[in-house]
Amino acid sequence: MNGMPILSWIIFVPALGVIPILFINGNRKNLIRLIALSAALAAFVLSLVMLSGFDGGSAGMQFVEKKTWIRAFNIEYHVGVDGISVLLVLLTTFISVIAIASTWTAITEKVKGFMISFLLLEIGMLGVFLALDLFLFYVFWEVMLLPMYFLIGIWGGQRRIYAAIKFILFTMTGSLLMLIGILYLYHLHGGINGYGTFNLIKLLDMPIPRIAQFWLFGAFGLAFAIKVPIFPFHTWLPDAHVEAPTAGSIILAGVLLKMGTYGFIRFCLPLFPVASFYFMPLISILAIIGIIYGGLVSAVQRDIKSLVAFSSVAHLGFVMLGMFAFNIQGISGSLLQMINHGISTGALFLLVGIIYERRHTRLIEDFGGLAHVMPIYSAGFMIIALSSIGLPGTNGFVGEFLILLGMFKTKPLYSILAATGVIIAAVYMLWMIQRVFFGECANEKNRILKDMNLREKFVLAPLIVMVFWIGFYPKPFLKTIEPSVAKLVEFVQIRNEQYKSGTISQILKSGSENRGIAGERR
Amino acid sequence: MMIDINWPAIYPELAICITAFVALIAGLLIPARYRWWLGFLAIAGTLVAIQLTYAGFSHTGEAFGGMVVNDIIAGFFKVIFCLGTLLAIFVSLSYQRREFLGLGEYYVMILFATFGMMVMASAVDLVTIFIGLEMMSIPLYVLAGIKRDRYRSQEAALKYFLLGAFASGFLLYGIALLYGSFGSTNLYRIVEIIKSGKAYSPFFVAAGSVMILIGFAFKAGLFPFHAWIPDVYEGAPAPVTAFMSSGPKAAAMAAIIRIFVVASPNIDFTSIFWALAVLTMTVGNILAITQANVKRMLAYSSIAHAGYMMVAITAGGVEGISAVAFYLFAYTLMNIGAFAIVIFFAERDELYENISDYAGFARQFPFAAIAMTVFMASLGGIPGTAGFIGKFAIFSGAVKNGFIWLAVIGVLNSLISIFYYLRIVVVMFMRPPEPRIVDIEMTPSLLIALIIALLGVLQIGFFPDRWLYLANMAAVSALF
Repeated sequence: MNGMPILSWIIFVPALGVIPILFINGNRKNLIRLIALSAALAAFVLSLVMLSGFDGGSAGMQFVEKKTWIRAFNIEYHVGVDGISVLLVLLTTFISVIAIASTWTAITEKVKGFMISFLLLEIGMLGVFLALDLFLFYVFWEVMLLPMYFLIGIWGGQRRIYAAIKFILFTMTGSLLMLIGILYLYHLHGGINGYGTFNLIKLLDMPIPRIAQFWLFGAFGLAFAIKVPIFPFHTWLPDAHVEAPTAGSIILAGVLLKMGTYGFIRFCLPLFPVASFYFMPLISILAIIGIIYGGLVSAVQRDIKSLVAFSSVAHLGFVMLGMFAFNIQGISGSLLQMINHGISTGALFLLVGIIYERRHTRLIEDFGGLAHVMPIYSAGFMIIALSSIGLPGTNGFVGEFLILLGMFKTKPLYSILAATGVIIAAVYMLWMIQRVFFGECANEKNRILKDMNLREKFVLAPLIVMVFWIGFYPKPFLKTIEPSVAKLVEFVQIRNEQYKSGTISQILKSGSENRGIAGERR
Repeated sequence: MMIDINWPAIYPELAICITAFVALIAGLLIPARYRWWLGFLAIAGTLVAIQLTYAGFSHTGEAFGGMVVNDIIAGFFKVIFCLGTLLAIFVSLSYQRREFLGLGEYYVMILFATFGMMVMASAVDLVTIFIGLEMMSIPLYVLAGIKRDRYRSQEAALKYFLLGAFASGFLLYGIALLYGSFGSTNLYRIVEIIKSGKAYSPFFVAAGSVMILIGFAFKAGLFPFHAWIPDVYEGAPAPVTAFMSSGPKAAAMAAIIRIFVVASPNIDFTSIFWALAVLTMTVGNILAITQANVKRMLAYSSIAHAGYMMVAITAGGVEGISAVAFYLFAYTLMNIGAFAIVIFFAERDELYENISDYAGFARQFPFAAIAMTVFMASLGGIPGTAGFIGKFAIFSGAVKNGFIWLAVIGVLNSLISIFYYLRIVVVMFMRPPEPRIVDIEMTPSLLIALIIALLGVLQIGFFPDRWLYLANMAAVSALF
């Protein structure tokens, strides 16, 4: 696999779709959709190829590509994939295909602009998961904002402009402060080693003063916390979700939110271990508040889409909780739950979009008894909803179980509190299902609803397959994740001890030949 | 003593100056309706000047007995001025034909102003700097009022002239005080005197320096000397505004760098610069939010950008100076690009220059709307654009030299700016078009300016190495 820069291909294949679309007449909508879909499919296929060559037993970075980009700041185009990012890359390419396929009849105006924005968004997301240079990471992180902003702002619902601006301002507040953090790291490395670098691997080998760690954790963490979103920063999410078009919501829930949690795992934990341990109770408590609060607010929503949106706050709370358990179970569960949430919530938004297209309403009270009219749709919805609750046999169970297990080892109380979230999830989901799908089909308009057509079935089917696959046989997924997670956990623990005992600077000096601590453990 | 003239050092200036004189005379000889051809002459002259500046990078040195110097930083700024002039002329060509046909002086004025800026950048003598400043300012006063039949233009010219003259007065008085203290107006001599430890009155030096700073702060549009900017930018014809907002600001910054960073008269200006930077950024950005008129919004945004540049000047050092130089280069491209769209859209007599007029713009003119989006993203500092690299360089310099809080205030400001830059994008893309008689066309000259600016912004946004390197060389040449 050394010959082909496969990661670059994955990142930039969507761009190959953008170029022809630019030159096609905007009225040839089906052609544009097909090109976009094939570009997304190509990225998916390439990521499968990448997976087939991926060494699941190794914890290090694979398929690494490194080229000088901006010499003046020692910035590199540096990408690589390990167990932490590999599944997220697959999730991104997979969900992108689903999302584009879901727009066939939903997006009928300005298809050209939509597809271009969407493919650019995909480039940004893939780049975020693959970048190993902090500058490159930041560029992808920010570049993806504008296409998402357009997706919400142009193709969204009633209050789309408000939602779009809120989305971009919230996200940028965090990320701009993160930029200062990145610059600080760069110059810190310059001060210690004589040259600044944005290379994550090199920065991991660098001792960071304790006080600085707290500030940096704040700067990075705020950016990620807003993106996740962790409890007090979540207010942009329901607006963005509800107003975004279906495909936008799918990608937002499915992938974008994971960029925040991924950021925590990739950057905050290993770079700032002292601060991570210090802030663990705070973040865990916020995550638990998010789990309970998100669930309770979901329960009282009248709009199905905002119900799903608030449920994301709760689910992401689980992801955060697992991460800050600092053990293999917790972090593996957290990573797996990212994938699960992408699949389940993505599917839920897809399903809400399908019914919205038919009825132009999403209010729970407008429905009832849909199970009689649309049996297949109802069955699909039910499966996905149960996976979202975390019923055993579905993917959600595996993830949440691992997270709760991991946290129980660290702080049993947090785990117990968070477990109530599972119950609340059952309450809001099942109650909603009861009101929407069961009972009398009272509303005349609902009687004539058509069940899912072939295309919609094809779009949903892979998601359902994934639900059961991860639910019944999560081993291949966990096996891919585990070596990297184990390495991360070990690294963070050891690093924290070293900072505590103050031995870090000597160790780093002596270990500089074999690339420091990260290198020794390989 | 024989003074060493060293003509090659000022070849670029000479090229501009000669072109201006040729255009001035030619304008008298050719009939009114052909006078817009002088624009092409001006373009040719500017291109020659750019070439000569490039050639000049290889043989740097003093000229005119130490009155001016040809070093890399002067050359870098000359490239910025010429680029600004070039783009300004391209955006002017069709506008001038439509709005004030026959006024061939228009190009002459632009060239003379450019000449003044170039002198300012290469001068190392306070008096020469002052001459450059006046060479630049007086044509600008005329240009602001060149649309003689419109009151707003008149008002702009008068306001600019009166306040500008006042600022020049401050500057001159400051120069006089420094001369009184040091017995020389040559910056190198002053540095020598300071280093030699000779006695001088710290009070007069401080007072003189502050007055000089006020003079340049006025020209660069720093708070609290920014009040003229919105009115003049709004009142002046749009191409003139485009020209005014880039070159003269760069010239003022060049002079500030020369006097305060390079030849710092032994007084620590850091805290003053710090305050100027913070206030200028914040005031500019906050006031820009409330503007309904695009030109006024861009005017306040230009104040904010001067504030970002002051962040880098506060940071100082090679990083700071190279960041200012680079930022000015990027700013010239993106700002004139944005004005090109404003000019394109404004129609005769600039009827449509409110943000709300841009509703549905994207549906009618997708290319222009995308270009405007890129310029707005660049001004706001979104990655992939020249503006981002510029801001990155500035904040990097600030963090490096320990001004972390200043950098934090800077990024928060750029967050505020995102809000109003994106407002234009919102209106263009997300609001339905208003019915209006659309009588605008994309003229070739405007298109050329647009494409140069667009490609420049994107190219520098993705591959800035070359320019960062040059800016770094410039900073090194200025400091050592």
